[in-house]
Amino acid sequence: MSTPSRTDAVTDVVTDVVTDAAGGVVTDAATHAPDRGHDHGENEGHGHVEVDGVELSAELVEGPSVASHDVAEYALWLGDDSLVLAQQLGWWISRAPELEEDIALGNIALDLIGHARSLLHYSGAESDRTEDDLAYWRTEPEFRSAHLFEQPNGDFAHTIARQFIAANYLFELYSRLAGSADATLAAIAAKAVKEVDYHRDHAAQWVLRLALGTEESRARMICGLGDLWPFLDELFVDEPLIDRLEGVAVRPSTLRGPAWDAMAPVLREAGLDEPRGFISSGGGRRGDHSENLGPLLAEMQVLARSHPGASW
Amino acid sequence: MSAPGASEKEVWPLWEVFVRSSRGISHTHVGSLHAPDATLAVRNARDLYTRRNEGVSIWVVPAEAITTSDPDAKGAFFESPAGKNYRHASYYVKSEGVKHL
Repeated sequence: MSTPSRTDAVTDVVTDVVTDAAGGVVTDAATHAPDRGHDHGENEGHGHVEVDGVELSAELVEGPSVASHDVAEYALWLGDDSLVLAQQLGWWISRAPELEEDIALGNIALDLIGHARSLLHYSGAESDRTEDDLAYWRTEPEFRSAHLFEQPNGDFAHTIARQFIAANYLFELYSRLAGSADATLAAIAAKAVKEVDYHRDHAAQWVLRLALGTEESRARMICGLGDLWPFLDELFVDEPLIDRLEGVAVRPSTLRGPAWDAMAPVLREAGLDEPRGFISSGGGRRGDHSENLGPLLAEMQVLARSHPGASW
Repeated sequence: MSAPGASEKEVWPLWEVFVRSSRGISHTHVGSLHAPDATLAVRNARDLYTRRNEGVSIWVVPAEAITTSDPDAKGAFFESPAGKNYRHASYYVKSEGVKHL
């Protein structure tokens, strides 16, 4: 197995530190608690775990073939969506409303980085570039992410609104992409769909709690959905590339109905109306981005660009 | 009454988490966490305690719902068995000629 890519390594370290900190706090609470009448044996709790005995599964989903130019471009679109969203979510580590939510968002970000790695790895093979080359050495106009994913974190409700739309879109997309004629894309999607299924559950739970919580949380949820909804349409635009990938790519316009059908019951239960407002012109697939992507990439790429080829 | 380990400063109540690592094994206490309600407690437990494939089933219990023995009454509670060796199987000598014991 190759050295883990920097993206994943860095984020995982950060998340693990937080996890361990959580463990510390949790253990602390347990220590202060009165003895509950049973001793913890050394191996109790998590069962007997030996690090050497753990079988690590593959980090990347790899296929037998190299993507054609068009398929590589399509994989780049999807990979960039996940990478950019993961980078935004990583900001929440140590800043979420509670420690537990730090870790939930961190886990979601790591899932997305996993998807991005597989997609960018597949995409880059065509031009002899690694997933790290694509993540760290492309400029802003070379990124293909849709505007939704690069929208700022805002407050917690904005992040949940973005997650709600993103996860529901990604779930419908990957559900269908799992049946793609391209075996590698199908395999990547089949793994990813189970993870984004959890992401949409996480988002739905929070939409309900914020919308049905206090007056303040409801107002923020309404504001968050209103601010993110304009970026929904771009996800369903059929670019010319899609016409050339019949049977391989999922036609974005076919996802609008299913994605709405998945979101509508949650909004109904939360007593929220579909937001009405302007529609963003988008352009992410052509490299036209909002003002948010530049600073995001600067932060994501600075280390790799300051120390080219560094590894640890 | 506040739960053991709970603090007035905490916004969310404390939950105790039990994870079953595989089929046929009982749920084991793995730790505690904060969550606003039971549904989110299960999700938080999934994110906190099953990141490395530790489990196939999760229980969460409000820490408040657990009644504990009194830590100051350890003597009265737990010392009585001392000296009552006849309660252990190893105390007994196997009778001669008994098969299948």
